[in-house]
Amino acid sequence: MDFLTIVQISDSALRLATPLLLACLAGLFSERAGIFDIGLEGKILVSAFFSAAVAASTGSVWIGLCAGIAVSVAFSMVHGLASITFQGNQLISGVALNFLASGLTVLVGEAWFSLGGRTPSLAGEARFPNLELPFASAVADIPVLGPIYSDLLSGHTILVYVALLLVPVSWFVLYRTRFGLRLRAVGENPAAVDTAGISVIRLRYTSMVIAGVLCGLAGIYLATGLGSAFGKEMSAGRGYIALAALIFAKWKPVPALGATLLFGLLQAIAIRYPKLDLGIITLPAQFMEALPYILTVIILAGFIGKAIPPKAGGEPYVKER
Amino acid sequence: MTLMKKFLGAAAAVAVTAGAALADPAIIFDLGGKFDKSFNEAAFRGAQRWADETGGKFLEIELQSEAQREQALRRFAEAGANPIVTTGFAMSTPLSEVAPDYPDTKFVTIDGWVEAPNVHVVGFAEHEGSYLVGLLAAKASKTGTVGFIGGMDVPLIRKFACGYAQGVKAGNPDATIIANMTGTTPAAWNDPVRGGELTKAQIAQGADVVYAAAGGTGIGVLQAAADAEGVLSIGVDSNQNHLFPGKVLTSMLKRVDVAVYNIMTAGENLEVGFEALDLSQDGVGYALDENNASLISEDMKTSVEDAKAKIIAGDIKVHDYSSDDSCPVLDF
Repeated sequence: MDFLTIVQISDSALRLATPLLLACLAGLFSERAGIFDIGLEGKILVSAFFSAAVAASTGSVWIGLCAGIAVSVAFSMVHGLASITFQGNQLISGVALNFLASGLTVLVGEAWFSLGGRTPSLAGEARFPNLELPFASAVADIPVLGPIYSDLLSGHTILVYVALLLVPVSWFVLYRTRFGLRLRAVGENPAAVDTAGISVIRLRYTSMVIAGVLCGLAGIYLATGLGSAFGKEMSAGRGYIALAALIFAKWKPVPALGATLLFGLLQAIAIRYPKLDLGIITLPAQFMEALPYILTVIILAGFIGKAIPPKAGGEPYVKER
Repeated sequence: MTLMKKFLGAAAAVAVTAGAALADPAIIFDLGGKFDKSFNEAAFRGAQRWADETGGKFLEIELQSEAQREQALRRFAEAGANPIVTTGFAMSTPLSEVAPDYPDTKFVTIDGWVEAPNVHVVGFAEHEGSYLVGLLAAKASKTGTVGFIGGMDVPLIRKFACGYAQGVKAGNPDATIIANMTGTTPAAWNDPVRGGELTKAQIAQGADVVYAAAGGTGIGVLQAAADAEGVLSIGVDSNQNHLFPGKVLTSMLKRVDVAVYNIMTAGENLEVGFEALDLSQDGVGYALDENNASLISEDMKTSVEDAKAKIIAGDIKVHDYSSDDSCPVLDF
């Protein structure tokens, strides 16, 4: 494996990790506030569909972006309504949203475009263009650093850079602002937050809005950056892998980047080398694809440190009994 | 009592005529979806053409999951549909279960293999068509490296890949062929994102012509090739040249539409047997239209037509992967 191949695989890994990273951060905000969010998958799917459908109809990816985020936030609000206001079971509400998304996208897509649930192929203004970073072509010939800059870092859509930027932003918001402190507290001990005179309900809804926006971005990237149209079930389990990455990262933003990049890398290697020849044994493609889940199981079994979820996660907050 | 008998008799008569009138043909689309721009869509076009020309109606269903296969067959058979056309090799097993239960209904499998007195089998010589597009790919490639992206890893798709590889080697004996399969489950027919990533990986390895035999996944392949500079793609089953004009070198045509049209035209009088559609009957071929006219030079056209004539005459033998589950020029 030469250097250029490594750069190309990393390039592919970065692309594949981006939707995972965005979804993982969405889960991070929601679970840190004490709301389990199984519905990441469904939110990615509806956002992918509506952004692609609206971008295809209007010809502008930015209007598509707004539509995708709006629908994803709306889904988030349904989840919030069920699990915060009505104090329902958060897992059931999330699973219901996943089913709803899977059926709704195909149904609306068929009625809208009559393409069997697919949206028309997006072209030109209806897709996010690949951005060339400054001097990318000028430095391409510099050994080692040139390819890293011009192939690996440059030439992605704007959402990839937004996702990467959101990692330090999330860290700052969670650990260096008053809002972040309260958000974390509400996931650990909502009664204490309430005693201090801060609204638990409002904080949790705010976290759901943030999760909705981030999931929306993940779906939009999937449909208009990574792909060029919506296809039936195109999220393909990414919401669940993001949840696995969240556990892997122990609900922290910077490890979340590492975990999603690792999972992206595994996918990229599986694509480049369907059968991985390690000399002694050849790993089949199925093994490579199952690896993120296997890794998560190993971590959950406690081999690599202990992953402790936010204490109040999954518990609806009841003020008085 | 007599009145009652009359009523019953009338009701029975109505039921009989209704039964006769109900003998519409039915078609079951496989998991890639009716509008996959490829295999299933070709079948749909054939059925639609029959409906437009004769004013007839046909029943249809798009399968959503594996579990629906047998259910859909039984529903159509019990509704009196005849013949029932199924697309895709994956219908073979459910069809061999269901067909004996409805001996008066004629079933058709396109791409599958079922031995039953009431099942009509339609097969295509995909290896011959793939050979021709492989030859074109070798002539069009500047890097000497070409790619192949299959859908689900099954013998049928390896048959495409093997024919293609033989064509490439015929056009350029030193050419490198990179072959990837999208997956090992039926979901591999409908994963354009993965198809696109596979294409980017092949382009990174030097491929400048990529042949997609992957149903709905192929759209992602064609898109990724169209996005890249100087890379051409080859479509499959339907003519996909128009999807990205000037970026699709050609399409390997599999005239599923003609097969479906002929079957529906024959209707209940369909003669059950095995039908193999190859180059000599134009059952397979390569697409040439205004969208790719500038990509196919006179020289390429001459050599591909020459190869076609030789295959029909039997001077060139294209190895069929499914005959012995091996390919002389390509390792999987």
